[in-house]
Amino acid sequence: MNLAVRDIRHNVGRFALTTVGIGLLLMIVMGMGGIYRGLIYEATLLVDQVGADLWVVQGSTRGPFAEVSRIPANLEDRVRAVPGVAGARRFVSHTIQREHRGQPLRMVVQGLSWPEDKGDWVSLVAGRALRQAHYELIADRSLGLPLGEKVKLGKDTYEVVGLTRGMVGSGGDGLAFFTVSDAMAVQFDVPGEATRLERAARLVRLENLDLGRVTPLLSERVVGPANELPALAPPLVSAVLVTLQDGADPARVAATLATWPDVTIYSTQQQKDLLLSGMVDKARRQLGLFRVLLIIISAIIMALILYTLTLDKIHDIALLKLIGARNGVIIGLILQQALLMGVLGYGLAWWLGQYAFPRFPRLVVIETPDLLMLGGIVLAISMLASLLGIWKAMSVEPNKVLAA
Amino acid sequence: MNTAENHTPAIVAENLTKVYGSGNTEVVAMKDVSLRVARGEVIALLGPSGAGKSTLLTAIGLINPPTSGRIHIGGELVLDADQAKVDLRQFRRRHLGFVFQKANLIPFLSAVENVQVALEINDASPRAARIRAMELLDYLGVADRANNLPDALSGGQQQRVAVARALANEPSLILADEPTAALDSHRGRQVMELFSKVAHERGAAVLVVTHDHRSLDVFDKTYEMEDGELRPSQPSETDT
Ligand SMILES: Nc1ncnc2c1ncn2[C@@H]1O[C@H](COP(=O)(O)OP(=O)(O)OP(=O)(O)O)[C@@H](O)[C@H]1O
Ligand SMILES: [Mg+2]
Repeated sequence: MNLAVRDIRHNVGRFALTTVGIGLLLMIVMGMGGIYRGLIYEATLLVDQVGADLWVVQGSTRGPFAEVSRIPANLEDRVRAVPGVAGARRFVSHTIQREHRGQPLRMVVQGLSWPEDKGDWVSLVAGRALRQAHYELIADRSLGLPLGEKVKLGKDTYEVVGLTRGMVGSGGDGLAFFTVSDAMAVQFDVPGEATRLERAARLVRLENLDLGRVTPLLSERVVGPANELPALAPPLVSAVLVTLQDGADPARVAATLATWPDVTIYSTQQQKDLLLSGMVDKARRQLGLFRVLLIIISAIIMALILYTLTLDKIHDIALLKLIGARNGVIIGLILQQALLMGVLGYGLAWWLGQYAFPRFPRLVVIETPDLLMLGGIVLAISMLASLLGIWKAMSVEPNKVLAA
Repeated sequence: MNTAENHTPAIVAENLTKVYGSGNTEVVAMKDVSLRVARGEVIALLGPSGAGKSTLLTAIGLINPPTSGRIHIGGELVLDADQAKVDLRQFRRRHLGFVFQKANLIPFLSAVENVQVALEINDASPRAARIRAMELLDYLGVADRANNLPDALSGGQQQRVAVARALANEPSLILADEPTAALDSHRGRQVMELFSKVAHERGAAVLVVTHDHRSLDVFDKTYEMEDGELRPSQPSETDT
């Protein structure tokens, strides 16, 4: 005969309500763990998907995911000349927040190194990869842009030709793939007035130099487009992605590139580690803190309710002692109730999560080892929570039965 | 059971004294009480309120150890002052049966489960315990209410379930503190007669605290307590 279950049946309302509360708390704990896993997944998704062997970034920076990294676009030509390198691509990535149909539209603008890279590696759920050098984009579904939608960014209008799913940047914003030149156009778009002012300023600067005074022809050039000026820097990109030849030793190639003082080289793994140790780490600690607090709160609630359930039957416990029940019977009664509450709460959390997690704004990734660990923690706090009740039950004297 | 064992008294209490509290709240509830109860003997304990009857009963019941004195049960020294000489809980489980003024049933267990639990804590299998519990309820005439929670039983029915629980492990000593206070005189007498039957059939010793003078003829001996002192009562009192 199980005393714990019979007592619960007698107090079913209170027990059920507490269990539901514990279940909801545990669901949040579970969800927060899932959000952390989701953060890691989303943060490293892009690094994994672009499939580069080495990342060449601005010298002594941690790369475009950690801070601003600027290197000249033509660095890719230098990299291609290094033995062992099969290919090099420009990597352009930046987050923008613009307005579309009156709503804020936040996206990670991702440049594809057209024409070698048309975005064929992006797994599409609808539409197609890029087919022309300009004015097309592949958008993640989370951006809410349907196929065929026209989006005005800067001075140009781009059409959504393909849709992907689950492609988001480390901030959780959806990715939009453009050709590199479009991506840069979106990024460096400046109003016409700014361009006019810049050209006028160039002219003034030139006229103040003796070079300008002796070569009047130059002054015609400086008021024209920037790309006709050999003295201006080539456009800047965030990084250059290196693909190695089959059988090439990544360490050797990296060592060669590392001798260049103007750049820093990272392997894909190093780039991921930097990402995780940077922004994701703070989120991890924040989520971890909340999880610990919620678990402590769950434990306290459980302890209190188990304690009051025990107080309610303290007379019965005294009676059990009086008729000679072993301590094991009494401890078992309380401990079983605690474990039952923990197990039911955990089950409820898991079940609710099936419905709730897909509706969370951030991606929730639930992994079996995390589930097992949380299960272990729940068992531990259940046992801990029963201690107060057990202590009370152990301290009651059998002759308390007569004191009623 | 051999003859030697049969002749050992069920209870020998020597010079029991119980002092509650200390200083100016000190109460001497029991003064140098000695008592000997043979197997199969049914003893009534009378006395005014506050005389120390419950104190004596709970001391012998091993739930309220005396300040001094010794208690032997079944020939075995179990308490020397407040020093336990055996595992008291195990001893209570195996050898003692308790009935109190209030039935003290566990409210979340049905009538039959209240009896069953006493058997199960003494290592009976759930099945065997169930069967035995039903037999006992049947014996006490409450088998038809076996599956009701105590709340749904009348006071008398509850008390009979409590008696069934006290008898469950065939105790060698039954201690009852005003067991019939909540019963009408007919039911009260039935319970007293049941104790006497159990005592005579099974050789159990029964010690009953009672105020009910009408059932005193059921008892083999009557003791009276007053101001913590115990003495055999006058035959004239027993007759009325
Ligand atoms: N736990 C206790 N602490 C202090 N004094 C107590 C305690 N229990 C009993 N007493 C005192 O000891 C004395 C004897 O009490 P006891 O309960 O044994 O009397 P009783 O004969 O059973 O009375 P009643 O017929 O009213 O049940 C009383 O004066 C009582 O106040
Ligand atoms: Mg009393």
